[in-house]
Amino acid sequence: MTNRAIEVNDLHVSYYGEEVLKGISLSVKKGNIVGVIGPNGAGKTTFLKAILHLIPKDKGDIKILGKNVNDARKKVAYVPQRNNIDWDFPITVLETVLLGTYPNLKIFRRPKKEDKKWAFECLKRVGMESFSKRQIGELSGGQQQRVFLARAIAQKADILFLDEPFVGIDVTSEEAIVNILKELSEEGKTLLVVHHDLSKVKEYFNQVILINKQLIDYGNVDDVFQYEKIKKAYQGQFAFLNEIGVGDHALH
Amino acid sequence: MPFIEALFEYNFLQKALLTSVVVGLICGVIGCFIILRGLALMGDAISHAVLPGVALSYMLKINYFIGAVITGIITAIAIGFVSQNSRIKNDTSIGIMFTAAFALGIIMITMMNSSTDLYHILFGNVLAVRSTDMWLTIGIGIAVILLVTLFYKELLVTSFDETMAKAYGLPVKWIHYFLMTLLTLVTVASLQTVGIILVVAMLITPAATAYLLVDRLPTMIFLASTFGVLSAIIGLYFSFTYNLASGATIVVVATVMFLIAFIFSPKHGLLWKKLKMVKKASS
Repeated sequence: MTNRAIEVNDLHVSYYGEEVLKGISLSVKKGNIVGVIGPNGAGKTTFLKAILHLIPKDKGDIKILGKNVNDARKKVAYVPQRNNIDWDFPITVLETVLLGTYPNLKIFRRPKKEDKKWAFECLKRVGMESFSKRQIGELSGGQQQRVFLARAIAQKADILFLDEPFVGIDVTSEEAIVNILKELSEEGKTLLVVHHDLSKVKEYFNQVILINKQLIDYGNVDDVFQYEKIKKAYQGQFAFLNEIGVGDHALH
Repeated sequence: MPFIEALFEYNFLQKALLTSVVVGLICGVIGCFIILRGLALMGDAISHAVLPGVALSYMLKINYFIGAVITGIITAIAIGFVSQNSRIKNDTSIGIMFTAAFALGIIMITMMNSSTDLYHILFGNVLAVRSTDMWLTIGIGIAVILLVTLFYKELLVTSFDETMAKAYGLPVKWIHYFLMTLLTLVTVASLQTVGIILVVAMLITPAATAYLLVDRLPTMIFLASTFGVLSAIIGLYFSFTYNLASGATIVVVATVMFLIAFIFSPKHGLLWKKLKMVKKASS
């Protein structure tokens, strides 16, 4: 058994001829909570999607848990950005979580009682069980994010990909989600989290992937989250960083 | 003669009723997935795109069902191909491809010199449904419902969250074309009842009505097919009693149902939203 969750070797991705990811290579060990950090347009979401082959790549080799991506899909759960979901869709909270049991159901099989029980347990874990019968659009942003986290947990995956889970959500939900993510990593699961709020990076993650089209650095949060490296990643947007308190003084 | 009496009397009316009920039912089922995926325009496109197939089948003297399914699917693939391989957006691609197919169909049919056929294909003529057409419609109806039941899980998850579906390995593209195939089948089944031009109304309107009333997909599908069936029965009644064009009458009934839901729906209706706003303002 390998202890490497994700191995990326020389990954190149482009949109309409413009290269958005240039030669990224890294290898993430199991059990880490890894923040994927970089400025707007750095290719953070693209990086996540390219790892899962959700978008075509130009070049590069990717292994998940030592296997080809298509052989490891059932070990992976993906939580999309909140604005990619149609919140008017006629589906309840519990039904949404129940979708998490689908990857492990055979074709033509419907979720059974024990699947529904499991989905409900996952919902409990994120503290949303009392909302189980609501339509998902009736929830607040933070509650919606918790429901989607419950769905990812229901998938019983070893690796979780979360795209901007903390955008536009309330403090309670943010704390609840962070605590669950930490629990999950203690259970040995690996988490890749796209994140753009630099102020919380040190509290939330134990490792950081710093990218801006190319890999600036990857490693433990204390080694990577350095003034010079962040400056390199954020370049022109750096004046703004000082203003929000993650400039020079915040890092030293 | 009153509708009910005539129904017992005339074989053609029984066939018409049964055929339109089946059409209303399956249009409701498929329509739910079409509107939730934002494919209303696609529904319109596919229904028009079956025309050259129908014409071709007449020319080759094969069942129109075969030709229609083939040109329907080809158009769906062509639409996807153009939008994925150029900067042309999907709605533009749909507009180009279906009008092209439709134009081709009109030319082919006028070449055969049978304008009455064209009229019936475009607008339907449910009172002239033959037994073979009725059985074809029933066969398609059973197949569609069976397939949707079997693949319900996959249709649900790809409609709601395509990225998740892709991430866990579902062949999302194939499921799209599978749905397009079902859509073509439903269109072909509806040809006699409402005709090519109005099929999209049967697909979208009852589903949209149900969408305004409930918040769960299974109940939405159930309600949409109920509304489809009711529109078919009530529409046929008015069509027979007052000698109105059957397809158009069915569509008008479906639209009236939609308008009632649009205004009075307890959760998403216009009236209650207004009332809530007034209440909020006064408190």
